[in-house]
Amino acid sequence: MKHDALSFRKLQKNDNTLLNNLVVAAVILITMAILKSSKFFSFTNFQSMAYQLPQYGLMAFAMALAMISGGIDLSIVGMANLSSMIAALMMIKLANLIPNQNLIIYVIIISCLIAILIGLLCGLLNGLLISKIGIPPILATLGSMQLFSGVSIILSKGNAINRLPPLYAKIGNYALFNIVPLPLLIFILLALSVSFMLNKSAYGIKLYMVGSNTKAAKFSGLHVDKIIIQTYCLAGILSSVSGLIMMSRLNSAKSDYGQQYTLQCLLIAILGGVNPQGGHGKISNVMIAILIFQFLSSSINMFPYFSNFYKLLIWGIVLLGVMIWNKYSKSR
Amino acid sequence: MGKKRLGHEFYVFLAIVSLSLIIQARSGQFFTLNNLVDLMVSFIVPAIFAMCELIVIISGGMDVSFPAVASLSMFATTKILLSMNYTGNVFFAFLLSGSFGLIMGAINGALISIFNLPALIVTLGTQSIFMGILQGALNAQEIAEIPKVMFDFGNAKLFVATNPLNGLKSNMSSSILILFAVVIITYVFLHFTMWGRGVYAIGGDSNSAIRAGFKVKQIKFSIYCFVGIVAGIAGMTRVCMMQNCQPNNLIGMEMTVIAAVVLGGTSVKGGSGTIIGALLGTFLLTIISNSLLLLSIPTYWQSFFTGLIIIIGTGVTSFQLILSSHRLPSMRKSKNEA
Repeated sequence: MKHDALSFRKLQKNDNTLLNNLVVAAVILITMAILKSSKFFSFTNFQSMAYQLPQYGLMAFAMALAMISGGIDLSIVGMANLSSMIAALMMIKLANLIPNQNLIIYVIIISCLIAILIGLLCGLLNGLLISKIGIPPILATLGSMQLFSGVSIILSKGNAINRLPPLYAKIGNYALFNIVPLPLLIFILLALSVSFMLNKSAYGIKLYMVGSNTKAAKFSGLHVDKIIIQTYCLAGILSSVSGLIMMSRLNSAKSDYGQQYTLQCLLIAILGGVNPQGGHGKISNVMIAILIFQFLSSSINMFPYFSNFYKLLIWGIVLLGVMIWNKYSKSR
Repeated sequence: MGKKRLGHEFYVFLAIVSLSLIIQARSGQFFTLNNLVDLMVSFIVPAIFAMCELIVIISGGMDVSFPAVASLSMFATTKILLSMNYTGNVFFAFLLSGSFGLIMGAINGALISIFNLPALIVTLGTQSIFMGILQGALNAQEIAEIPKVMFDFGNAKLFVATNPLNGLKSNMSSSILILFAVVIITYVFLHFTMWGRGVYAIGGDSNSAIRAGFKVKQIKFSIYCFVGIVAGIAGMTRVCMMQNCQPNNLIGMEMTVIAAVVLGGTSVKGGSGTIIGALLGTFLLTIISNSLLLLSIPTYWQSFFTGLIIIIGTGVTSFQLILSSHRLPSMRKSKNEA
C-alpha cells in the first residue's frame, strides 16, 4: 500500500510547472530591478505585498483544492463576505453587551470562531449539493454564491458594516517584530497545514484519486462523497479566514468586497499548474503562483499609467497565455 | 427521453403559474395588462442572451463572456455612429454591433476549438480582456445621448397597455420583434440543419460526434461566433431600449442567464435542452426579479432568491438523475428474482 502511494506521488511530480514558474518569477524580479529598482526592492513595498497577499492567497488555495477534486468553487468570495459579515455584526452586538471593555478580546475571538464555523457550514452546503444532490460544481457554487452574497446583503441591507472594535483592526495590522505581519503568519500556517494534508495524509491521496478519476475511485472503494464534502468544507474554512483578514484590513465588512478575486484565484490556480479537469496540482506550486501574481500586481501598480482596468486586461491575457503554454508544453 | 424533457418544461411552467398566482393573490397587480407588458419588456434582453447560452450549453460548453461582448460591441457601435453623425437605417447599427460581436466570438471560438481549452476558463479570461479594453483602453463612460435612429427604434412601440384601475401605461417595445427573429433563427438552426444536429451530438459525446463525421472543431468555432453575433445584437437592443449606453450595466447578467437556461431543463453536461425550456426558465427569473416590488419584498432579497431558485431548480433535475441511476440496478434485480 505504501509503495503504491509513493508511486502515485511520483506521478504527481511529473510536471515542470515549478521550473516554469520560478523562471517567470525571476524574469519579473529582474525586469523590475532594471526598471524601478529603488521603488520595487524597498522594505515598504515588500511589507505591503505581505499584507495584500494573504487575503486572496487563502482563497486561491480554496479554489485550487476544489479544482484538484475535479470541480470548481465560484462561491469563495461569497463565503468570505458572508462569514466576515456575520463576524462583524456579532462583534458590534456583543461589544455593546459586555460590561468591561477588557473582555473585548474574547468577543473578537468568539466572533472569529463563529465566522470560521459559518465558512465550514457554507462549504458543507456546497459539498452536499455537489455530492449528494449531484449538481455539477459550476452550477452548485454559482447558485450558492448568489445565495451567500444574498444573505449578506439581507443582513446588512446592502450597506458596509463599519465601527468594528478598534482592537480588531489593530490585531489585523499587527506585525511580529514589526516585520512579519500577522495575516502573513496565518497564511503561512494554513499553507503549511494544507500542504501537509495534501502531501502526507490519506485524505490527500484520496483527493488526487477522486480528482483524476471519480469512477475509478468509487470502484476502488473510496467514499467519494465524503472526500468531496471534506474538500469543499476546507475551501469554506480557508475562505472565511480570508474574509476575516479582508475585514481587518478594510476595517469594515460588505457584501460585495473582493468581487475580482474569483478570476484572480482561478488565474493563480491555473498558473500554479492545477489542472481544471482535476487530479493534478501542488500546493507548493500554487504558493509560487501566488507570489508571481503579487509581484506582477505590485509591478503594474508602480506604473500609474496602467489604470486598474488595464490590470483586468493583463490578467485575462496572462490566464489565456498560461493555458495555451501549458497545453503546448504538455503535448510535446 | 423525449417524454422526460417535456415533463421538465411542464414543471417550470407550473412553477411560473403558481408563482404568478401567489403574486396575484398577494398584490392583485400581477394579471394586469401593464404589468404583463412590463414583464415582457424586461424579458427581451435576457431571453436573447438565453438563446446564445442555450446553444453553448447544449454543446457541452459554458460561456460567461457574452455580457462583456455585448457591452463592448454596443459601446463601440454607439461611439462610431455618434462620431459619424449617422442618420441612416437602424439595421446598420445592429449589423455593426453584430459584427463586433462576431469578432469577439471568433476569438473565443478559436481559443476553445483550436487549443481545445475548457470553455468556462477561456471565456472568463476573454471576459476580463474585453472589460479591460472597454474600461481601460476605451475609458468607457455612460453615453447619455444615442444616435437618433437608435433612439427612435427604442421608442417605437407596438401597442400601449393601460391599467384601467390606476391609469398606468406601459409600452410594448418593438424590440420584441428582434427577440422573435432571434428565437426563430435559433430554432431553425438547431432543429432543421445538420449544424444543429452537430451541436447536440458534440454535447452528447464529442468522440462519437467525430466518428459520426461531424467536423467538431468547425462546429465549436461557429457556435461561439453565433454567440458573439447574438450578444452584439442583444447589446444593441439594450442600448435602444434604455435610450442611453451604460457600459457596466450588463455585467453580472451571465449568472442569471446561465441559471435560467439550466432551470429550463438544459443539461450542463451537454447534449440536451430546448428553446421552450430556456425561454420558460428566463421568464421565471424575470418574474422573480420584477415582482419583488409587487410583493413588497425589499429588492436586496433578489440575489438570495435567485441563488435559491438556481439551487432548487438544478437540484431537482440532478437529483432525479441520481435517483434513476440508483433505481436501475434494483429493478434489474427484482426482474431476475421474478
